[in-house]
Amino acid sequence: MTQAPVIEAKNLDLTFQTNDGPVHALKGVDLTIDKGDFVSFIGPSGCGKTTFLRVIAGLEQATGGQITVNGMSPDAARQARAYGYVFQAAGLYPWRTIAGNIKLPLEIMGFSRADQESRVKNVLELVDLAGFGKKFPWQLSGGMQQRASIARALAFNADILLMDEPFGALDEIVRDHLNEQLLALWARTEKTIGFVTHSIPEAVYLSTKIVVMSPRPGRITDVIDSPLPKERPLDIRDTPEFLEIAHRVREGLRAGHAYD
Amino acid sequence: MRTLVPILTVIAAIVAIWYAAAIFMNAQWARDQAARAGTELSVSALVADTWSQDRPRLPAPHQVVAELWDTTVGKKITSKRSLVFHGWITLSATLLGFGIGTGLGILLAVGIVHNRAMDMSVMPWAIASQTIPILAIAPMIIVVLNSVGVQGLLPKAFISAYLSFFPVVVGMVKGLRSPDAMQLDLMRTYSASAGQVFWKLRLPASMPYLFTSLKIGVAASLVGAIVGELPTGAIRGLGARMLSGSYYGQTIQIWSALFAAAIVAAALVGIVGLIQRVTLKRMGMAR
Repeated sequence: MTQAPVIEAKNLDLTFQTNDGPVHALKGVDLTIDKGDFVSFIGPSGCGKTTFLRVIAGLEQATGGQITVNGMSPDAARQARAYGYVFQAAGLYPWRTIAGNIKLPLEIMGFSRADQESRVKNVLELVDLAGFGKKFPWQLSGGMQQRASIARALAFNADILLMDEPFGALDEIVRDHLNEQLLALWARTEKTIGFVTHSIPEAVYLSTKIVVMSPRPGRITDVIDSPLPKERPLDIRDTPEFLEIAHRVREGLRAGHAYD
Repeated sequence: MRTLVPILTVIAAIVAIWYAAAIFMNAQWARDQAARAGTELSVSALVADTWSQDRPRLPAPHQVVAELWDTTVGKKITSKRSLVFHGWITLSATLLGFGIGTGLGILLAVGIVHNRAMDMSVMPWAIASQTIPILAIAPMIIVVLNSVGVQGLLPKAFISAYLSFFPVVVGMVKGLRSPDAMQLDLMRTYSASAGQVFWKLRLPASMPYLFTSLKIGVAASLVGAIVGELPTGAIRGLGARMLSGSYYGQTIQIWSALFAAAIVAAALVGIVGLIQRVTLKRMGMAR
């Protein structure tokens, strides 16, 4: 690959100053993410996986080291609309319809009316919510709301999709379904995806690259390039290859974390 | 039916207690009159008398209702004896004051939410302003404004605004701050400006809080307008009716003015509630 990496972190540090003294949320993080990668960040609470995603998004400032997004600083990348961000909760505005919610970033970024309409239609189809544009959020199930929030993040066609435990609050059946849909969406749009999760099966099922992290200080303990094919039916999770990667992730988590 | 029966029971109980209290409180006068005339009063005559005196200590409900009917439907609305006429005087001051108070309250809340210096400096003053008894400050407002040539509706409206801006400030500050960190972060990922965050997130999110405040504010406005009429010797308005009623011992007049004020207040709160329901429904926030 001669292409420049999409996200490149070198010796990244982030220390929060708190009343109890400094907290090392990230320490010496080195990571390269290439275009089209699906990268999962997995680790126990406090390992800095969400913080790292927020640094990529320019929502937190690193206190040391270097990070570039599309070759720019995270702030500049954000202003260049480099990424869409999906939070843990759907966070749809209750006073806007689903279509209105998806238009929110488009209005802020100054897209024309006609352009807004066609983009809303496109992304609603992408997340399988065509025909639900006129509904209000409370009329949709939790899984559908989260899909709408993914549509909102996709609406302005950023190359990078950052997702912070987007399916964490959903039950396992809905989660499986959304995982399948997310893979299909990734295959169609060829986006680069950063995905924070607590779930080992979810990380292994979705990712081309799994980043295992551990806390105190937050750091990367293992980076696993998945040998699984891009085409992944749900029952790939019963194959030996899948279980082997899952095992390696589990080992990585155990090594980096003392359960005392 | 299910809700109507308990409501009617409570009203019936209140009316019964009221009639009983009227007998008790007005009996002394009836007995004194009878003694002066050298006659004996039977129990039924005593009761009948206590419910039909011209200047009772406590007028009976039917006397208040009759007076209300007579002074609203029975008089031309241009008449100085018409409660509709007096009610309108007070209502116009209330509405103007409510408008000023709401506008001021929203502006202050926007300032408090967006400016740290205002947050630290304005809120304590707003709270202090409400600890001063309105009865003490109302005459001063009227005198000061009168000395600079402002008379009539405006001084009363200012007192009314003085009472109504506070719930609006408190409610709006709470409402404008109601979006959580995640929603604000979402706006940051779009590199939204402060103005966009305000118009697209903070303001719509504050609407339920605003309407709750407006309900309190509109009732406080009416109280303010009435209080504004009391210390000035005003001759028009519901407050003036109460005041002149107390000068001349016209208790029935006082009570009917009180009830007129209560009815106006209930109607105002009801109207705000209606606007709230329609607005929130159109915004999709009511289910």
